[in-house]
Amino acid sequence: MLQQLEGSRAVAETVARCRPEVVCAYPISPQTHIIEALGAMVKDGRLAPCEFINVESEYAAMSVSIGASAAGARTYTATASQGLLFMIEAVYNAAGLGLPVVMTLANRAIGAPINIWNDHSDAMAVRDAGWIQLFAETNQEAADLHVQAFRLAEALSVPVMVCMDGFILTHAVEAVDLIDQAVVDSFLPPYEPRQVLDPDDPVSIGAMVGPEAFEEVRYLAHLRQLDALELIPSVAEEFAALTGRASGGLLHPYRLEDAETVIVAMGSVLGTIKDAVDARREAGERVGVLGVAAFRPFPIAAVADALHGARRVIVVEKAFSLGMGGVLATDVATASPASGPDLATVVAGLGGRPITRRDVEGVLERSARGTLPRLSFLNLDEDVVARERARMAASRRSGPFAENVLRDVATGGARR
Amino acid sequence: MTETRVHFYQVGSFAVGNRLLSDADRTVQASPERTNSLDAGHRACQGCGEALGARYALDAAMRATGGRLVAVNATGCLEVFSTPFPETSWRIAWLHSLFGNAPAVATGVAAAMRAKGRDDVRVVGQAGDGGTVDIGFGTLSGLFERNDDVLFICYDNEGYMNTGVQRSAATPPTARTATSEALGADPGNVFGQGKDLPRLAMAHDIPYVATATVADLHDLERKVERAMTFRGARYLHVLVPCPLGWGAASADTVRLARLAAESGFFPVFEAEHGVVTGVRRIRRRVGVEEYLRPQRRFAHLFAGEGRPDLVARLQALADANIQRYGLAPEEE
Amino acid sequence: MFQVRIHGRGGQGVVTAAELLAVAAFDRGRHAQAFPSFGSERTGAPVVSYCRIDDHEIRTREPIDAPDAVIVQDVTLVHHVDLFGGLRPSGYVLVNTSLPLGELGLDDNVAALPGGHVAGCPATELALAHVGRAVPNVPLLGAFCALTGEVPLEALARALRHRFAREVAERNVAAASAAFDLVRDLEEAHRAPTA
Repeated sequence: MLQQLEGSRAVAETVARCRPEVVCAYPISPQTHIIEALGAMVKDGRLAPCEFINVESEYAAMSVSIGASAAGARTYTATASQGLLFMIEAVYNAAGLGLPVVMTLANRAIGAPINIWNDHSDAMAVRDAGWIQLFAETNQEAADLHVQAFRLAEALSVPVMVCMDGFILTHAVEAVDLIDQAVVDSFLPPYEPRQVLDPDDPVSIGAMVGPEAFEEVRYLAHLRQLDALELIPSVAEEFAALTGRASGGLLHPYRLEDAETVIVAMGSVLGTIKDAVDARREAGERVGVLGVAAFRPFPIAAVADALHGARRVIVVEKAFSLGMGGVLATDVATASPASGPDLATVVAGLGGRPITRRDVEGVLERSARGTLPRLSFLNLDEDVVARERARMAASRRSGPFAENVLRDVATGGARR
Repeated sequence: MTETRVHFYQVGSFAVGNRLLSDADRTVQASPERTNSLDAGHRACQGCGEALGARYALDAAMRATGGRLVAVNATGCLEVFSTPFPETSWRIAWLHSLFGNAPAVATGVAAAMRAKGRDDVRVVGQAGDGGTVDIGFGTLSGLFERNDDVLFICYDNEGYMNTGVQRSAATPPTARTATSEALGADPGNVFGQGKDLPRLAMAHDIPYVATATVADLHDLERKVERAMTFRGARYLHVLVPCPLGWGAASADTVRLARLAAESGFFPVFEAEHGVVTGVRRIRRRVGVEEYLRPQRRFAHLFAGEGRPDLVARLQALADANIQRYGLAPEEE
Repeated sequence: MFQVRIHGRGGQGVVTAAELLAVAAFDRGRHAQAFPSFGSERTGAPVVSYCRIDDHEIRTREPIDAPDAVIVQDVTLVHHVDLFGGLRPSGYVLVNTSLPLGELGLDDNVAALPGGHVAGCPATELALAHVGRAVPNVPLLGAFCALTGEVPLEALARALRHRFAREVAERNVAAASAAFDLVRDLEEAHRAPTA
């Protein structure tokens, strides 16, 4: 039934319909509304049988998830930002052990400087952990992806992270068609673990693996990710057949037919970019958008195929690798043939800075004029940067640079 | 005529050997039906106190639960020496995840079992002192605070032996480790630091806290079985001498554990809901020197002119334990 | 698309107001998107929330820079926040006040708006009278229905009944209705001379 819901509520309701047996979490903005709702559902008996555990840290949240999943329970948790980093050792461990935990990541920037707003730095920090990482464009997709996530995770014995933009999606109230319990039950069979802690059939899990076998074990984990490249589209198709909704899959192409310029992006900013593309299309420009829905495993072949024919590719991404440049862009470059399109990276939306349709149209204009550099930062206030650089050159004790920048911005040194 | 105290013939000590006991009072290890939870063939050092303690504790837990047990292990010696794959010494369901998260993982296993209606399956978490008092303390305190249904066992050998004998927050003052060398005016580990985990556990008011040593395996087994009669968080702290890390003879493991208890340096007691309910009183009180001398990690206290001042401070610690828990022998 | 920006202070139900508006619009079969100003604001701090209403799917996620309507829940913000920045020339302004609007010192943006597009509403007083709490958000939404006609009062009432328990919902509906009547009367008074 279509309802006007907060994104977090839609996710919580959907997760509950997936019948998790253990839910644990440590509160962190902007994930809190999701786990609060699930905690209430367990407490009032709506979600049963299920254990809700409010632990003392994210490290414990992922560790409890590991124990619960290894004991055969369908397990869910959620986090964001610093919380993901605090649990990162266990994030790698869950994947290494092949435990199908599903986690919502309410994407948020990573400090210092501390910042509670949205970008994708957190998801990028764990891209090599061995988790499947799916990015939601809307709250509808965020909700739907959780059903698919449990299915994928349990089929492959790989944990899945559903990434949804913090605040922009988690706190947005919009129409979501909540999936029926019966549909979930038909789509998501009971969890049959490949390995389980069972006194009746005891196994040892988590032994030390030396050089004689480590590479093979890691390669098997890689193969499971490659299997996911096959399974993600088929699960999405099956989901679409049941619900009529095109949620999930590897890629979300939009107006790519005959497109000479293609913007590649992930998450909720795709909506704004589509509006910009429609506007430029009306002006007669051949532009399109490629939304990357599955970031890990990265669909190299599908991206290469989608970008075939594009002359210019612009990756707009909400994270970057310091001292290097775009993260998504690097993967897109890997997927592009050597003689392929001109590739530009636009780092945008860091720490919650808005990305507007006007901004995106500006990027497209610069690209068409050939003035878009290979790497640029959207709406970067060069004056503020220059001021701090000058301060650093003038004085050894120039002070804390984030606070200096804040002072400059507050006193009108910046545009915003 | 000199009076000779009776030593029981089997073990040459005051401990009562199995053969003098009724069947019901015999150790779990005396039974051919024991699980051998930690089976032979593991790679522990000769005289390893941890292997001894873990085998007794887990077999007792298996007996107490009728074999309905899952064990979660922190990274450390016990984890490494028990699973030289493709071999494993574990004949029980066993999971190792990370160094600092065994308590939380155990909580997860217990939660899964509860959600699945398998309340009969009980969970033991286990770690060395590093995984308990240092890197695992946050998750352990969380387990205690939530009163999760887990028995957590710390096998305390007073340092990071797996990585080459470094200091932990359970290393006693003056003990030499690779990060507290016997150098300078204050040789070895410093005074005034470290964590008394059993008392910290008691401060959480959990149902059951106990300490034990591998010198009294009857007592260890009894405490495991007692712990299994409670639901909620339980904590068992077992002193397990490490021949390698302590610089002691492999044959002295049990003797050193006994001397630790008999000197009062390691108090053996149990507590329920934050209140001490029982102590294992000292039978024949010995000075700490008798405990310290056989260990090379304390050799600097006795070399040359020695450091009687430091030995006296260690004796004061033991005396304080005896006072605090009422450990003095009956005849004193 | 009709875009609304709501200014107030933490604790005044600013975020809830945008959500209620979105639910009411959705109730009429329209597309709606409500979102807060994503802050870690504490009670009493300036807060902003947004609501978009359209007949088509709303894809954009940018903040609302050029609102069609601005609702001011707390007039003490006038000198601290750029309340009317980007307001469209044909836009609406609704202010929580029991004073005549002329005494508030609102800026030129407001003065230039078409007649009948600006209204004051004693929302705090109405909330106290009907709900018993000084939370002006719901009366202002009732007033918004009367001022803009974007959302019918009945849809707002349904949103309130969906959100709140029975008695609290009815009190809120009464507060919203009272505010609606007040502003509708103002509007009719305004139109009367030209009619």
